[in-house]
Amino acid sequence: MARPAPTGPVLDVRGLSVGFADGRAIVPAVHDVGFSLAAGETLALVGESGSGKSVTSLAAMRLLPPAPRTRVTGSALLRCRDGAVRDLLALPDAAMRRLRGDEIAMIFQEPMTSLNPVHRIGDQIAEGLRFHRGLHRRDALKRAEGLIERVGIPDAARRLRAYPHELSGGMRQRVMIAMALGCDPAVLIADEPTTALDVTVQAQILDLLKGLQRETGMGLVFITHNLGVVAEIADRVMVMYAGRIVERGGVVPVMTEPLMPYTRGLIASVPRLDLRGGDMVSIPGTVPDPRAPPPGCAFAPRCSHALPDPCDAAMPALDEARAGHLVRCRRWDAIAAGDARGAPVPEVVS
Amino acid sequence: MTGADAAPLVRVENLKQHFGARGFFGRGPVVRAVEDVSLDIRRGETLGLVGESGSGKSTLGRAVLRATVPTAGRIAFDGEDITGWSAGRLRALRPRMQMIFQDPFSSLNPRMTVGDIVGAPFVIQRKGLGPAERRARVVEALATVGLPERAADRYPHEFSGGQRQRIGIARALVMEPDFLVADEPVSALDVSIQAQVVNLLMEVRRRLSLTVLFISHDLAVVGHVCDRVAVMYLGRIVEIADTRTLFADPRHPYTEALFAAVPIPDPTLRRPRVKLEGDLPSPLAAPSGCAFRGRCRHALPACAEIVPPLRAVGPGHAAACIRDDLALASPLGFPVPAGP
Repeated sequence: MARPAPTGPVLDVRGLSVGFADGRAIVPAVHDVGFSLAAGETLALVGESGSGKSVTSLAAMRLLPPAPRTRVTGSALLRCRDGAVRDLLALPDAAMRRLRGDEIAMIFQEPMTSLNPVHRIGDQIAEGLRFHRGLHRRDALKRAEGLIERVGIPDAARRLRAYPHELSGGMRQRVMIAMALGCDPAVLIADEPTTALDVTVQAQILDLLKGLQRETGMGLVFITHNLGVVAEIADRVMVMYAGRIVERGGVVPVMTEPLMPYTRGLIASVPRLDLRGGDMVSIPGTVPDPRAPPPGCAFAPRCSHALPDPCDAAMPALDEARAGHLVRCRRWDAIAAGDARGAPVPEVVS
Repeated sequence: MTGADAAPLVRVENLKQHFGARGFFGRGPVVRAVEDVSLDIRRGETLGLVGESGSGKSTLGRAVLRATVPTAGRIAFDGEDITGWSAGRLRALRPRMQMIFQDPFSSLNPRMTVGDIVGAPFVIQRKGLGPAERRARVVEALATVGLPERAADRYPHEFSGGQRQRIGIARALVMEPDFLVADEPVSALDVSIQAQVVNLLMEVRRRLSLTVLFISHDLAVVGHVCDRVAVMYLGRIVEIADTRTLFADPRHPYTEALFAAVPIPDPTLRRPRVKLEGDLPSPLAAPSGCAFRGRCRHALPACAEIVPPLRAVGPGHAAACIRDDLALASPLGFPVPAGP
């Protein structure tokens, strides 16, 4: 299975689909998602609750409940340190455990629930180093101290002995990052790592992640619903809706010339500091129930540009509208050409 | 501090709210959650209260509703001093003051139907309403927030986050209050849904001429919703002004830093960042002098000496900073020239 691949992406997800068992039925959560991630690159995964962005990353990390409760198909090819490319979705459990936290790591939204409240943070950071690197406790703690310093926690030697509840939310997230980076992974998946934090602390954590990425060259998959954060951190963006990719491309084209009406709506609904007044822009309605998806485009019921034909007729394909810019919309060219109906593309704040 | 044309609906004077004065084994450390806050909330206005987690904004919101017993100071509602009122006496006042909570999942009882949740204030108030009349009032409140009558017979789990927040708003409105404390009402919602709920709140506020204390950490939302904004830091108000003045001419370095931390959805914009290092200090052991000085890029040795008083810096604009010589960046003028 392992074959040498000295170049190419560090992570290559192809045809990933996930379904959850609900009685005898399988409820589809993610359909045919594919993306690749280069070393040193940041890919933002954007979407509302229920869009499938977290399920996509949990599936790649093999952190979903096993079959038959979930059904995962597709592949997630990770280029490992030894040059071999391994399919995370096909590895035996034991091999996956050795890889997870070593070659590919993940951090979560709520650092308090991800940390063990009864263990000192030094031991929690050291645990991964002991498991993956076979270090003794004392050596692992020494390394943990260095990691704590590296993620910008002052007074590292004392903090090693602290319990999670003694730290602020921002400091706890730094501890999570220290744990994740302990083994120098090729890929870090960050699932809404700043959503529970204050904006001031969010800015600190984004800077920290950017700085660490520059140092280590890791690929970063950053899951968020906040497009302001996307603009700050991403090189490329993948927008998901109802379990499917609906737009994907470089951060500048996607955010300054979005082609999918859903992306336009998401960007327009970010509250701004401009005091323009009037109503805030919202996308009417809610995400569809995955048990009863609409017949055609999943976004059509909320879309101001939707027409019965072609939008309700069939699920649109993910087309390459421009070089490297993909969109799942049958009407994107008509809309880009100045479809007068619906909301205009929001102006850029300058 | 603020010019009062008419008597304010809510007046807070030198309010202190401390917690944990008595520990399990005698005296424990004291958390000074709110420290010497004075504030008027004018009739019909929406006052924003912003600050980081731990700044005391939620504690102040609850204290204003007399959900807590203040440690010191005075709270007046509609001209009456309610600081020392008993729970029984307050109950008669409760229909006029209501609250909307942040988390639409934990603030609704999963075992009650939406109709019972929204109608609960009538039961608590022991209003002699028949079932039919109560139902009519519940349906009316649900209609106000855009939910159909059949929602009354369903349970909270059948609704999305945005719809649950509408249910929370309906419950707050059913008693036809004058005053609403909205504590982070949209923070738990997706951005696309956030706007729906904010717009709804603004519409019912206009329609019912509500006075609102809007607590949020999101300055962009506050800018949309509020007439005036107060910025809190470690239990104290450090700046207060009408919204446009605060945005155009922030006078406290903390306000400037809060603005600068808001991410802007434009990847081509590279604005200079006013970086705020570190965390909010612990309210158990506030630093001497200005509590913000440890994170402030403009701090001087003099800042350690006294707690800077909140003093007028313009009409209706007060700030608690000893430095008058600062040219702070405004979010209305991005990109801004780099600071001194």
